[in-house]
Amino acid sequence: MTVTAKDLSVEQAVDQVTLTIDGIEVSVPKGTLVIRAAERLGIAIPRFCDHPLLDPVGACRECMVEVPDMGNGRGMPKPQASCTLEAMPGMKISTQLSSPVAAKAQSGMLEFLLINHPLDCPICDKGGECPLQNQAMSNGRGESRYGGVKRTFPKPVPISAQVLLDRERCVLCARCTRFSEQISGDPFIALVERGALQQVGVYAEQPYDSYFSGNVIQICPVGALTSSDYRFQARPFDLVSTTTSCEHCAAGCELRTDHRHYQVKRRMAGEAPEVNEEWNCDVGRFAFVSGRLTDRLTMPLLREDGVLRPASWPEAVDAAVAGLKAAGTEVGVLTGGRLTMEAAYAYQRFARTVLGTNNIDFRARVASAEEEQFLASTVAGVRLDDSVTYGDLERAGKVVLVGLEPEEECPIIFLRLRKAVRKRKLRVVAVAPRLSNGNAKLSATLVPTAPAGETAAIADLTDVDAGTVVLLGERLAGVPGALSAAVALAERTGARLAWVPRRAGEVGAVEAGCLPSLLPGGRLVSDGVARVDTGSAWGVASLPSGPGLDVNGMLGAASDETLKALVVAGAEIGDFADPVSARDAFEHVGFLVSIENRLSDIAVRADVVFPAALLEETTGTFLDWEHRPRPVARVNKGLRSPMTDIRILAALADAMGSDLGVRNARQAAAELGELTGWDGARAEAPAFPGADDSITPDGLRLATWRELIDDSRRNDGADDLMETAPPPVARLSTATAARAGITDGEPVTVGTARGQLTYLALLDDTVVDGVVWIPSRAPGRNVAETLGARAGDPVTAKEGFQS
Amino acid sequence: MGLFDQWAGFGVTFMTMFRPTFTQGYPEGWGSKRAKEKVTAPRFHGRHQLNRWPDGLEKCVGCELCAWACPADAIYVEGSQNTEEDRYSPGERYGSTYQINYLRCIFCGMCIEACPTRALTMTNDFKLADYSRAKLIFTKEELLAPLLPGMEQPPHPRRLGDDEEEYFLGLPATGQADLRTWTTQKEATS
Repeated sequence: MTVTAKDLSVEQAVDQVTLTIDGIEVSVPKGTLVIRAAERLGIAIPRFCDHPLLDPVGACRECMVEVPDMGNGRGMPKPQASCTLEAMPGMKISTQLSSPVAAKAQSGMLEFLLINHPLDCPICDKGGECPLQNQAMSNGRGESRYGGVKRTFPKPVPISAQVLLDRERCVLCARCTRFSEQISGDPFIALVERGALQQVGVYAEQPYDSYFSGNVIQICPVGALTSSDYRFQARPFDLVSTTTSCEHCAAGCELRTDHRHYQVKRRMAGEAPEVNEEWNCDVGRFAFVSGRLTDRLTMPLLREDGVLRPASWPEAVDAAVAGLKAAGTEVGVLTGGRLTMEAAYAYQRFARTVLGTNNIDFRARVASAEEEQFLASTVAGVRLDDSVTYGDLERAGKVVLVGLEPEEECPIIFLRLRKAVRKRKLRVVAVAPRLSNGNAKLSATLVPTAPAGETAAIADLTDVDAGTVVLLGERLAGVPGALSAAVALAERTGARLAWVPRRAGEVGAVEAGCLPSLLPGGRLVSDGVARVDTGSAWGVASLPSGPGLDVNGMLGAASDETLKALVVAGAEIGDFADPVSARDAFEHVGFLVSIENRLSDIAVRADVVFPAALLEETTGTFLDWEHRPRPVARVNKGLRSPMTDIRILAALADAMGSDLGVRNARQAAAELGELTGWDGARAEAPAFPGADDSITPDGLRLATWRELIDDSRRNDGADDLMETAPPPVARLSTATAARAGITDGEPVTVGTARGQLTYLALLDDTVVDGVVWIPSRAPGRNVAETLGARAGDPVTAKEGFQS
Repeated sequence: MGLFDQWAGFGVTFMTMFRPTFTQGYPEGWGSKRAKEKVTAPRFHGRHQLNRWPDGLEKCVGCELCAWACPADAIYVEGSQNTEEDRYSPGERYGSTYQINYLRCIFCGMCIEACPTRALTMTNDFKLADYSRAKLIFTKEELLAPLLPGMEQPPHPRRLGDDEEEYFLGLPATGQADLRTWTTQKEATS
């Protein structure tokens, strides 16, 4: 199940043991469990508690086999659980296929498990895809002999807003409790009571608000844990499953998306051993309804007399073309980091060949010139083979996290690190202003660093060698010199670097050339050879060679009206470094074209709005943070918006009288494929100085980052998910709080000259003194917008509500 | 050819006028007094009915097993959750959407066999002709059994017990099993 071809070749090197199962000889690596050895022969032994990624426990006793010979000539007197039995040389195993004793033990166990099972399969969400149902049919008795009264419990009990527990159905396999303890590290659920009354219980004082709680629903082998979101929505035989990739972060999880009547009903973690194994996070699982809210765009909108009105496609295209032609080359293209690589490629080609400008940037967030150079030199043009992968994290000697909170910003990295910490005692070092809950679960060593002090902290890192992996978060764009210091560190020590952005499309956008200085495949705009090479691939005579504006430059130029038009796709005003000035820029720009799924706060300011198809209606590829291509399949064929981003751009290009060259994702991927493997000049590594640290601001410094479940538009409509969002707290150390007169648990107002926000104070002594940490986008609290402050900026904090 | 041969055919017509008629009236007995409406066998597979508990709550739990069993893909069901304020069936789940497409239905009765709560049964009503396709997709309102005396239109709270267990244990005893067959029926009427 989780064995890849690559791993097999490694396993061949370790000791092999040969055993006989049902008379068939099989060789397996030492330490393999008998149930897994039988799987290799295609012999399915029924099981409930056994899961290849969880430690064996032998709780359900369903996988009984007869052991006539343990490999030492002596047999076991009674049937044994094959999920806790290691293969031994010369061992003989008889499964239910050859041994009536094993078959009887298995059917007897099933009968015991079913005695207290309510058999309410018709109303159970697991009915139809239930291992208990299936194995009762394949290995159990046809009829029940039990006529007594069954044990009942009140049902269902919510153990969190998303997960419902039905204790009557539970077979006490302990998969959920083992997952919580071993994989996610949130052991808020446990088996409580004894005997027939044993049940899964919740720690009463703390709800089961794990970021990974959805996985327990998926691994539950009966219907004991069900999703409140999917409750009674469909039966398994109604659903059409599609394997696709998650669009919410750069982790690149494989998903199994199930839809019924062209409406996605649920998303499950797919099985991708080299990426997400069999897990995903709750956002990936539950946040998929934002595209079906009332603000979904289904037809083009055109501004007439100051008001947006629905328009036909030809009318809207004509209006957009007229506006863009009037702007000439003084036009910019902003694509958020959420587009597929193919769509990002189409946007940059549209900017360069149709609009004739290098003003394109995908970074609708905090961005810097240093970051651009870092991306061009270190991220662009890297292949998966040369890149740090999940497997490398697992095998690394040490992992350093800078500007990255894995659990909040890339949850699958967190799971991989936790696996390595648990299995291999991997050392994790976090350069951060506080030890977050996720890093505490990784037993990370904190290098206490005040925000904006990362540059010095990276330079001062000791004990870094070639076996070290340094993970750099997207937030470092806001710290002058940090990325340069990281590159210098890697050069000095041989440590490997990986850049982990927050959005799924960012690595793909870098690869596609969605940066002012970058052409596809890591080619430089400033390099004449690269321009000619790209131009010949595109069949155009020349490409614009002048330096383009990045996101900050474009917003500035739009505000003072030197930039005449903007094309914006998949961006959100609240994400920009300063939402207030971004809003000002979008209001001042002469002509604004917005290509969106939903009526965003940019779309309402646009002159022409084009509705783009949702991701579930398009195909494409994301590159995850490892540069691994993650295919996006078309899930939903019942289109409400027939035009994908690429088709809209092609239509605009046609109307402008030039050819975009690509009309669908497949063509874009093929063309981009031809442009990879550039061996010409690359960008120089950035060497930017750090900020002058000598002036320490009065009062407190702000530390902030985004949490996984926050006020993001992707979570809209997923109400149960939002109920598990972390409470809005302001964390500060006891000393800092005492100085500012703040008491634990009391409201505290964090403010700047621009505005104030109120949180609940939480005294946390891992926070660096003189720093207050608040979440960037807690529900209803956008720090960048209201306070106008970034990490490292001075803020004030006082007890009480905002005035 | 004789002189009367061409009239011989009318003889057949003439004779038939005095034979008993076997024409059956539809939709009801009309014309001849003997053209009575068809009386079907008691187990005849006619239009479906969604049954109710004695207090009027629906028996259907929206499990879709009928839809799964249907070889003609004629049934469409969506389940939903009952709440204490909005209760349609005594348990957790009820069928919020229920449709049978009689253009597809082949009256095989597999759905009846599949139904775990005896919510879906078949009536003897066979008059299913209509003028449009849309009218032949019967919705839940058309399929639900009529309210008998003592029944109440859902949604309403459980009247036969406070919780599920009490409700089902408190159900009145069911009557005798229906052992009628076509032959016993005929004996009874003759």
